[in-house]
Amino acid sequence: MTSLTRVWDIPGGIHPPENKNQSLQLPLGEIPLPPLLVIPLNQHMGTPAQPVVQVGDSVLAGQLIGAADGTFSANTHASTSGTVIAIEDRAIPHPSGIAAQSIVIQPDGLHAWIEKEECADFRALDRLELLDKIRAAGVAGLGGAGFPTAVKLAPKSTQVIDTLILNGAECEPYITADDMLMQVRANELIAGTLLLSHILHHPEKLLIGVEDNKPKAIAALKMAIAAAAVTDPEAKKIQVVSFPTKYPSGGAKQIIQILTGRETPSGHHSADIGVICVNVATAVAAWRAVRYGEPMISRVTTIVGEALQTQRNIDVLFGTPISYVLEQHGFDANRASRVVMGGPMMGFTLLDLDAPVIKTTNCILAPGKQELPPPAPAQACIRCGLCAEVCPVSLLPQQLFWYAQAEDFDRLETHNLFDCIECGACSYVCPSSIPLVQYYRAAKGSIRQQEIEKEKADRSRQRFEFRQARIAKEEAEKEAKRLLRQKAAEEAKKKLAEKTIATSEPLEALATTTDIVAAAVAKASAVQISADEQKIKLERMVNAAKSTLEFAQKPLVPNKTNPVISEEQLVKQQVRVKQAALKLAEAEKKLADFIATQPELAAPEPLPTATTPAVATTTAIDDPIAAAIARAQAKLAISPADRIRSNIESLHSRLAKAEERVAEAKADGSINVAALQQGVDKLREKIAETEAQLTEPGANEPVAVKAEKTAAQIAIEKARQKATAMANKSDGQKRAEQIQALQLRLQKARERLAQAEAENDPNIEAFRLGVTRLEEKLNEIA
Amino acid sequence: MIDVILQNPILSALLALGGLSAAFGAILGFAAVKYKVDGDPLVERIDALLPQTQCGQCGHPGCKPYAQAIVNGEDINKCPPGGQATINALADLLDVPAPSLDTEHGEYSEVKKVAFIREEECIGCTKCIQACPTDAILGAAKQMHTVIADECTGCDLCVEPCPVDCIDMIPVQTDLNAWKWTLPTTNQKPLFHVVANELNLIASDRRNSDDEKAA
Ligand code: SF4
Ligand code: SF4
Ligand code: SF4
Ligand code: SF4
Repeated sequence: MTSLTRVWDIPGGIHPPENKNQSLQLPLGEIPLPPLLVIPLNQHMGTPAQPVVQVGDSVLAGQLIGAADGTFSANTHASTSGTVIAIEDRAIPHPSGIAAQSIVIQPDGLHAWIEKEECADFRALDRLELLDKIRAAGVAGLGGAGFPTAVKLAPKSTQVIDTLILNGAECEPYITADDMLMQVRANELIAGTLLLSHILHHPEKLLIGVEDNKPKAIAALKMAIAAAAVTDPEAKKIQVVSFPTKYPSGGAKQIIQILTGRETPSGHHSADIGVICVNVATAVAAWRAVRYGEPMISRVTTIVGEALQTQRNIDVLFGTPISYVLEQHGFDANRASRVVMGGPMMGFTLLDLDAPVIKTTNCILAPGKQELPPPAPAQACIRCGLCAEVCPVSLLPQQLFWYAQAEDFDRLETHNLFDCIECGACSYVCPSSIPLVQYYRAAKGSIRQQEIEKEKADRSRQRFEFRQARIAKEEAEKEAKRLLRQKAAEEAKKKLAEKTIATSEPLEALATTTDIVAAAVAKASAVQISADEQKIKLERMVNAAKSTLEFAQKPLVPNKTNPVISEEQLVKQQVRVKQAALKLAEAEKKLADFIATQPELAAPEPLPTATTPAVATTTAIDDPIAAAIARAQAKLAISPADRIRSNIESLHSRLAKAEERVAEAKADGSINVAALQQGVDKLREKIAETEAQLTEPGANEPVAVKAEKTAAQIAIEKARQKATAMANKSDGQKRAEQIQALQLRLQKARERLAQAEAENDPNIEAFRLGVTRLEEKLNEIA
Repeated sequence: MIDVILQNPILSALLALGGLSAAFGAILGFAAVKYKVDGDPLVERIDALLPQTQCGQCGHPGCKPYAQAIVNGEDINKCPPGGQATINALADLLDVPAPSLDTEHGEYSEVKKVAFIREEECIGCTKCIQACPTDAILGAAKQMHTVIADECTGCDLCVEPCPVDCIDMIPVQTDLNAWKWTLPTTNQKPLFHVVANELNLIASDRRNSDDEKAA
């Protein structure tokens, strides 16, 4: 109850002229209802409220028109009864001069209230319920920042609150709103203090800090406490602490330091050191919200300045245009140097006087040209160090200034720029009139913006990288599919090519393959260098060549019955026959040479006679390898015709479908006709091509057995193996085996021939030939 | 052998030093192999400085590729969206003198832009979606498309592919959250009711205080 409590001092500080008397001469006044109320949806710190009324709605005083958007936001209410005539962007009191969403109400002059829910005893209510009431009433810090009060009054459970401070310092020159409020509403303030104490679980200390330049307010508070103590013993706990006037002792961190000696660490809230600090006007608003169920719709504001006829404090409705307030106080625009919202130290020039009074409007200052002249031009910093002496947070304003100028944001942060409360003490003392605070504000803004941009850049990077990854994946999938398709196509092509070769040049291919096999066999047997072996090898070569020759001649036989064969083809075949004969001659010569050089090999075996190619058949068939290969090749030669035919069939069906589609497209005039037509043309081309393939020689030869290339390869492989195995076997063994195999084959061939004869197969000739050849061969060996 | 070394102080000192350097060399070599950092940290650091507009004006398909190119020795002044600030930061990081922006790649613009699709005109061809490096456009074939303004970097890449030319690049509006004080211009002349930046309330009452002192 006494002010004997110890107070601490803060570093720095200044003593600007107070200029508080002007507005304290008259009692708290009121002004008539303005013709229009413009209620911005973001009068507080945090997210703007969301409008919950529509244009044309009629509203009552205290009716919710903007609902809080999230916790860190505040409700907005209609300040009087009337009609909503617009919800649009209107000028708001903000240094940027940017318009923001506001609800415009045309008052009906009745000032009819909504039904208020009163509460005689707040102690009967749960703390959370009380907080809800305060939140619903849209109470936000009336000291200047507009921090949502319900948020402030709900500290984290880890923060133990031992001190509640009611901030009635009001240190800024000219402003007397809190002083006036404490004088006329002291009782409500004490009740509000007790309410807040209750919500905060009755902290040990309840302090009301008032600068010693407000003796009337202090006296009023003391009387109110004495009165309250009669009914509520807790009121005795409330101490009114007066301390020496010094700017900026009213800053939250400053008043906490003054009253408790505790310093709020950089980057922390006062709740972290066990203190909650609430502006006196806010406490009154919270009390009214709980006691009378009255939402916050008005506040006490100081209207002051030489450009006004009347200077006083008024209780003014939120949303009242400042121009209207000024008009009511005899504003003379010619005398005014500017109109400022807030005090001369921390306020800002209003760019549009139609901006309304809002929750944070504690003062409207309309100074005369002499009173607040335009600032002198800034000079160079002379490094006097005065700014550092007056800084209440012990920063180094000069350094901050250099770094802000250089936009060296890292250094600014290490020099605790964000601890600067923008009190303006440094600018006030600066002999060079450097607008220091503006540098700090700009730097703070840039840093915040940079952070936002950084965050955005990170997000863009992420999105970009994600997109790249996605595209890469898609590409990879496509590529894999493409490769697969390519491989399939290549294989098909290879198959086709091989078949084409086999069909169009069966003889040549056969000849070369035989040569390869012969070579392989030669290699396999080359290990045994004995002359004997070599001779056998050479003999085999001769045999192979003979078989080549025989096969080269073979097509001529059936072709005689086939009139389709052209003259040219016949010539070609004859050439091939000649080639084969040449090869045979060569092989024979080699063998002869070898025998000649190996005289010890007495009595050379009689060479298999190869007088004329036509008679050489039996000897050729003697060679099992050549025969196997011949079979395989024959199979290869046979299959494509079938395949091509089936190809043609499917192509035809596709063509039919495509043509159908074209007709359809033409019928309904689709833009795709051209594309479809193109598809049809392509199909036609393909069919023509395939048909051409079919008419090519070889493919035309009638076939019964369908064979796959792989099967042919296996056959070739087997033949090779056999050949190598044979090379190591004795003659007798070989012969026995050969005879056995031949007999088996002959049997099969005969069966097939019988079948063919029964079915009148067109291949009957070929079968018959096969059987005769086999018989001959068998005779030869046996 | 030992005796010779012990008796010859210079030799023993040399041997000791040699041994030490060999040992530390081995440790360092081992550490270099064992604790090798994956990826190129310099590329990451350069990429962190680039504006991530992904516009490709630098001649690379995005900021990261440009970062890689810088590591490979390309000039650092090819990013118009970043402007001089980015060039300075890059110069700082790489410890090279900061060149001025190579305007061949484009001009720096103070005004941030964001794409806006005039939705009535959009035919839903999805061309713009394919062009957008940050997937900032929403839409489907034959459906109206729209830009997610928050994700749009203003890279301009979607404007050209649009067959009906319905994409505009509009300047980003500064709202209350984005607004910030600007640095005072030196020796400005304050103007009433014109620019908020001309504010310098402080030092206002000095004349008065002088008066008071005089009084
Ligand atoms: S404006 Fe900031 S730097 Fe200047 S005196 Fe106040 S707290 Fe210190
Ligand atoms: S020019 Fe565009 S893509 Fe290249 S680094 Fe700059 S913002 Fe990124
Ligand atoms: S919407 Fe257009 S301008 Fe925006 S990021 Fe995507 S492509 Fe670039
Ligand atoms: S490119 Fe143009 S028309 Fe096509 S989807 Fe995008 S905005 Fe629509």
